[in-house]
Amino acid sequence: MKAPAFRYHAPRSIAEAVALMSTLENARVLAGGQSLMPMMNLRVAGPDHLVDLGRIAELNGIAEDEHGLRIGAMTSQRAIEKSLLVATICPLLAEAIAHVGHQQTRNRGTIGGSLCHLDPGAELPVVAAALDIMLTAAGPTGSREIAFRDFPADYLTSSLEPEEILTHIHVPRQPPRSGSAFLEFNRRPADFAILSVATTLTLDEAGRIARVAIAVGGASYRPMRLDAAEAALTGQLPNAEALADAAAIAGTLPCDGDDLYPADYKQDLCAVLVRRTLTIAASRAQENAHV
Amino acid sequence: MFDAHDITLTVNGKPVRASVDARMNLADFLRKDLKLTGTHVGCEHGVCGACTVLVDGASVRSCLMLAVQADGRSIETIEGVAGAGELHPIQAALARHHGLQCGYCTPGVIMTLRELDHDRAGGTLSEDDIRAALSGNLCRCTGYQGMVDAALELFGPAAAP
Ligand code: FES
Ligand code: FES
Repeated sequence: MKAPAFRYHAPRSIAEAVALMSTLENARVLAGGQSLMPMMNLRVAGPDHLVDLGRIAELNGIAEDEHGLRIGAMTSQRAIEKSLLVATICPLLAEAIAHVGHQQTRNRGTIGGSLCHLDPGAELPVVAAALDIMLTAAGPTGSREIAFRDFPADYLTSSLEPEEILTHIHVPRQPPRSGSAFLEFNRRPADFAILSVATTLTLDEAGRIARVAIAVGGASYRPMRLDAAEAALTGQLPNAEALADAAAIAGTLPCDGDDLYPADYKQDLCAVLVRRTLTIAASRAQENAHV
Repeated sequence: MFDAHDITLTVNGKPVRASVDARMNLADFLRKDLKLTGTHVGCEHGVCGACTVLVDGASVRSCLMLAVQADGRSIETIEGVAGAGELHPIQAALARHHGLQCGYCTPGVIMTLRELDHDRAGGTLSEDDIRAALSGNLCRCTGYQGMVDAALELFGPAAAP
């Protein structure tokens, strides 16, 4: 089908975009359009106004700063995939982004759009949860920082106010002796994930796990952090036994199931993917410790 | 028109000026207003890849982009690929390897391969690279092997100078 009629706005600055979102009724922000346009063509979404962020130069780009990476919300997934800076500073993001949709959708799809859309099968929110990224949003009274932990509000819903716009994503630099891994399970490559896991860990000088973060996508409306498994691993050597224990805890994560993928099936997947990502992340951290 | 916008763009190297309704997608603009019906529409929601065109050299789903968003951009469609009276090497290779049957998906496949050819910058590609790029184009006929063979002939290790 075709999208229903709407009015189109193409602001040139963040301030102009926020002003439009503050005054227009039933308006939606258009980022890369790789989720919103299908929803409009399928008549699942019918905004009266589209505020296209595609012409705002300050929302686009990847830069290194003192904390790590600062990525404009409208930066395309393809630009992130091709970025040497991302590959060096945040290999987890680089690894996960190759799983996001197809080349043709990554050319238009943006990191900010994906984080705000919060599809339970999407990869980028899971990475954001594992890395504890910070977000900057602009609103009528200025901008504010939001920890990703506090960002998902409900199914396909972020905690942004209706007149707010996500402007930047801050990805922290990982300490030395860190390693990460992203894996997902789906029936065809490039489909939305049935379950996905992003893991990042840092070893101390004795080779024990000093810090670990494990995030799971597809279990719930929002990415879940495995606090109990993380606590069990901290201080341990990353040997097979410790990783198997963590995987067993991961297998108890409450999961939303359906007829195709029941909850206990997802829990089995979760245990397997957690063990595998931990194994890969630990070996990458050990390699990084030796260079 | 409910919300008309004037746009100026380049399509297959030629300048185009038009007035479009905001809700018109790029695929419909190309097909209906410019009569460039080589770009096909399969699903209209971003799943099949039949509508793939190049926007400033990058492959995109033209059913998911609005015509008004193409303002100031350079578009290449299947009509811009072949030289006068001659197939483009990608088209010729697809024909040689039976990489098409009904041809409905073929314009999109060719645009994806155009981008892949540009991005490889003269380097060689593996079968995995080719399959990953083509994974965004659904074909109901060929089973893909002919397309992969055609792309391997052009971009694979055997094609290296
Ligand atoms: S018609 Fe655009 S992806 Fe199917
Ligand atoms: S050749 Fe018929 S759909 Fe591909």
